[in-house]
Amino acid sequence: MANPNGIGASVRRREDQRFLTGRGNYTDDFKRPNMTHAVHVRSPYAHARILGIDFADAAAMPGVVAVLTGADMEADKVGSLPCGWQIHSKDGSPMKEPPHYPLARDRVRYVGDAVAVVIAETREQARDAAEMVVVDYEELPAVGSSTRAIDGGAPLVHDDAPDNVCYDWHLGDQAAVDAAFANAAHVAKIDLVNQRLVPNAMEPRAAMGEYDQSSGEYTLTTTSQNPHVTRLLMGAFVLGIPEHKLRVVAPDVGGGFGSKIFHYGEEAVVTWAARKVGRPVKWTADRSESFLTDAHGRDHVSHAELAMDADGNFLALRVSTLANLGAYLSTFAPSIPTYLYATLLAGQYKTPAIYAEVKAVFTNTAPVDAYRGAGRPEACYLIERLVDVAAGVMGMDKTEIRRRNFVPKEAMPYQTPVALQYDTGDFAKNLDIALPLVDYPGFQQRRAESKARGKLRGIGFATYIEACGIAPSNVAGALGARAGLYECAEVRFHPTGSVTVFTGSHSHGQGHETTFAQIVAERFGIPIENVEIVHGDTNKIPFGMGTYGSRSLAVGGSALVKAMDKVERKAKKIAAHMLEAAETDIEVKDGRFTVAGTDKSLGIGDIALQAYVPHNFPLDELEPGLDEQAFYDPKNFTYPNGCHVCEVEIDPDTGVTTIVSFAAVDDFGNVINPLIVEGQVHGGLVQGIGQALYENCVYDEESGQLVTGSYMDYCMPRADDVPSFTVCYHEDQPCTHNPLGVKGCGEAGTIGAAAAVMNAVVDALSDYGVTHMDMPATPEKVWRTIRDAAPAPTPAMAAE
Amino acid sequence: MYAFTYQRPTSLADAAAAIQAEEAKLLGGGQTLLPTLKQRLARPTDLIDLGAIPELKGIREADGGLEIGAFTRHAEVAHSDLVKRVIPSLASLAEGIGDRQVRNMGTIGGSIANADPSADYPSAVVALKATVTTDRRSIAGDDFFTGMFETALEPGEIVKSVRFARPDKAAYAKFRNPASRYAIVGVFVAKFGAEVRVAVTGAAGSVFRAEAFETALSADFRAEALNGLSVEADGLNADIHASADYRAHLVTVMAKRAVEAAG
Repeated sequence: MANPNGIGASVRRREDQRFLTGRGNYTDDFKRPNMTHAVHVRSPYAHARILGIDFADAAAMPGVVAVLTGADMEADKVGSLPCGWQIHSKDGSPMKEPPHYPLARDRVRYVGDAVAVVIAETREQARDAAEMVVVDYEELPAVGSSTRAIDGGAPLVHDDAPDNVCYDWHLGDQAAVDAAFANAAHVAKIDLVNQRLVPNAMEPRAAMGEYDQSSGEYTLTTTSQNPHVTRLLMGAFVLGIPEHKLRVVAPDVGGGFGSKIFHYGEEAVVTWAARKVGRPVKWTADRSESFLTDAHGRDHVSHAELAMDADGNFLALRVSTLANLGAYLSTFAPSIPTYLYATLLAGQYKTPAIYAEVKAVFTNTAPVDAYRGAGRPEACYLIERLVDVAAGVMGMDKTEIRRRNFVPKEAMPYQTPVALQYDTGDFAKNLDIALPLVDYPGFQQRRAESKARGKLRGIGFATYIEACGIAPSNVAGALGARAGLYECAEVRFHPTGSVTVFTGSHSHGQGHETTFAQIVAERFGIPIENVEIVHGDTNKIPFGMGTYGSRSLAVGGSALVKAMDKVERKAKKIAAHMLEAAETDIEVKDGRFTVAGTDKSLGIGDIALQAYVPHNFPLDELEPGLDEQAFYDPKNFTYPNGCHVCEVEIDPDTGVTTIVSFAAVDDFGNVINPLIVEGQVHGGLVQGIGQALYENCVYDEESGQLVTGSYMDYCMPRADDVPSFTVCYHEDQPCTHNPLGVKGCGEAGTIGAAAAVMNAVVDALSDYGVTHMDMPATPEKVWRTIRDAAPAPTPAMAAE
Repeated sequence: MYAFTYQRPTSLADAAAAIQAEEAKLLGGGQTLLPTLKQRLARPTDLIDLGAIPELKGIREADGGLEIGAFTRHAEVAHSDLVKRVIPSLASLAEGIGDRQVRNMGTIGGSIANADPSADYPSAVVALKATVTTDRRSIAGDDFFTGMFETALEPGEIVKSVRFARPDKAAYAKFRNPASRYAIVGVFVAKFGAEVRVAVTGAAGSVFRAEAFETALSADFRAEALNGLSVEADGLNADIHASADYRAHLVTVMAKRAVEAAG
């Protein structure tokens, strides 16, 4: 009988009880005896030389334990925050990798760059004293945007990065692309900006450092998506602490969206300072610090061209992108606009030749790194906007031009011209499911009805594909990753048949404690209540690469399956021994071990008990215990894909865009928990809609000051901004190379939504000759576009 | 937040005495002051909480209109049957302020005394011919707002209540800042017999009356009467959310919507 809480069941999230009743354990909730509080002194300038730091008054303030600066760190030989991915430029030279110290030494390079840390008995005392630290700055000219960075004569962010260029990279066959363009019947072109975003996890970053003098062991409790990676990077490169003396714990974490993948300076500061002051040190960001110092996302400026034959078949794609990396290289920053972006530029289309150039630059802004989707939303947005422009050039229906150019299901596995090999996907099927869902044939009538009410209606499609389950170590390594990206799991049966699973992936909202338990419950035919999922502690988990890039299930879940395979093999041996049968005669089903052709059988619980209380095991052949671990390294990425359709209505009087409907048809391979998948899609869609209509991180180009430094100016999407979504998926195209057949669903919504919304907005404005608008489509931008385009009377007047 | 002395007087007289302290500040619902304190952007020595003073509370009918105590929270105005009956447009304005948390804390006295250029209430004070009563005197609504975050209140003067006249028809239409949800433009239109008042908040440094609109609507109280009319963009607020000419445009759009809503 099927397990009611097994694979495919919409099990309610087991973790929600504690979250919803305020019993989660977040980093800031941890309190230690004698704990101190750290507040950072941060640069108010985007670019300045530090001439001196006078903290005598601050150090004398009530409750102050210590004031520490970059000079103290230098004296203790604290290293630079390392970068985990190396890119080489077209000419073969390695990227520029300037040092990034946890506390700035001689220069500050963005507003919020940490200069000193004040440690005091209370947070308020630390804050009072931090205000008394006098830093003598010599302000320098700043670079507030990527376009300004490469404007000849711009100030240099780093002296050893000429023209502010970190790397100038390319991918694809330029000659083949040029040849295709030379023979093209039609060319569609677009210039677009994929604006910078602030991640805005609900829980701000926090870190607590502890040092045990008796054991010499450090503990860092931190808001991390991957505690083992933080332990490796901070221990080996920054503080010089060997792994066996450094424990990193990532307890409950309130959202990350990528921003908590990276190793941040504050983590090193509190860990180092804990030993220095001999007491635990805790730092928790306030929301203003989150805006200033969390690694931001996106920030591309691109030009793209698509060559087509006379029938609208895509011949070649040419893309040139300027990517802003901010002031320093965050942990995975270099990989985002390259291998997580340009490799996705084929999209769902069989474009035979693609060439992409990416110039990445330093600016006096916060570092930019992975943010939900990380490169793939940028790729999807560029392709899907360009395809809509191409449909306009060809005079073709937007669905037809897509259908004509889809990689057909029969072509799978499909090698793209930009390094990836798609394993499965039926793109036409996604579209076939979506069209009736949104009543596409009825759209023109709805548009006419809107027009009669003085409103402009538009429909937009995004047929997206992403590479998830990051990543196969051999591929990642070949592309410049300085670490493999496998995953680890341990499955420990206890004597009475309950199970603890240790996973190297990390849940910060994804619901691992539910889905991973479902997989175990299904496999062994045990109640889900008997399964506990443990994650986020380097002292408990063998190893882990963490959670990002929609990888938990595809990679971590596969490691779990592999560990369960080992448990089952061991259990089979034990069963054979107990049932006095040959191992080959034991049949296993739903955790029941039966001697073939007999009614002699044992449950996994009986076997687990025997494993721990053996009486007569043949010790040469059979060890006691039922506890196995496995590492899983996938053969390929997974390729979630889908078709998102958005319908908008614009009020031309105010420029306000309202999303009337949104349908998402997704192929995530097999689905473990439909309820959680639906929730992930909803959240992703809202984030994508946020980028399309609301969010925009603005720096002043000249001064480098963050203009949108609070929710007063940085507009987050809210519940009343979005419609009730239509979300569905199919399981016809499971992943072919992982045991669960899963592809991942965490980022898909974000990847498809922005393009679908903007295509709908542009479609709504098509009567005004609009072919493109940069995000976010704010009311004023839309109103101005209409006003500037319109010689015709406004529809509002026409309606009156 | 810097340390301060918290006081909670139970009479207006005690509050008036307490506010005489140098660098003391009055605390209404705290929806602007508390975030300001948390950001360490203000450093009062004393915070005088007005929440325990009976004279500042309550909503009653007065002179055919309404008198609302300064320490009446937005949610109380929004949900008051009396307000809904006498000046429904005022209840609807209150219901649209901020979000539920803000409405449950924020007070009408705090809102008008703070005189945020993008606050909603100033438009009602001007359009509904209000009189602001303080512990010292009465101030005509038309004279109350003197500039950005500036009012006719003298140092230490405490708002007691606001008296609104009852219009024949009225409505408030606002265009929210998508991020903060304060008014980018809010227009309160009120009709008293032949007289029409159009008060605009959000668009400029302080609430102002759109006189050309008033004239047009006095002659013909229909949205169409405003066709072709607009306020001067010059001098209006401009920020990353809305330029001055966009705000000027929205004033007309919101005024029309208010007229339509007023019926």
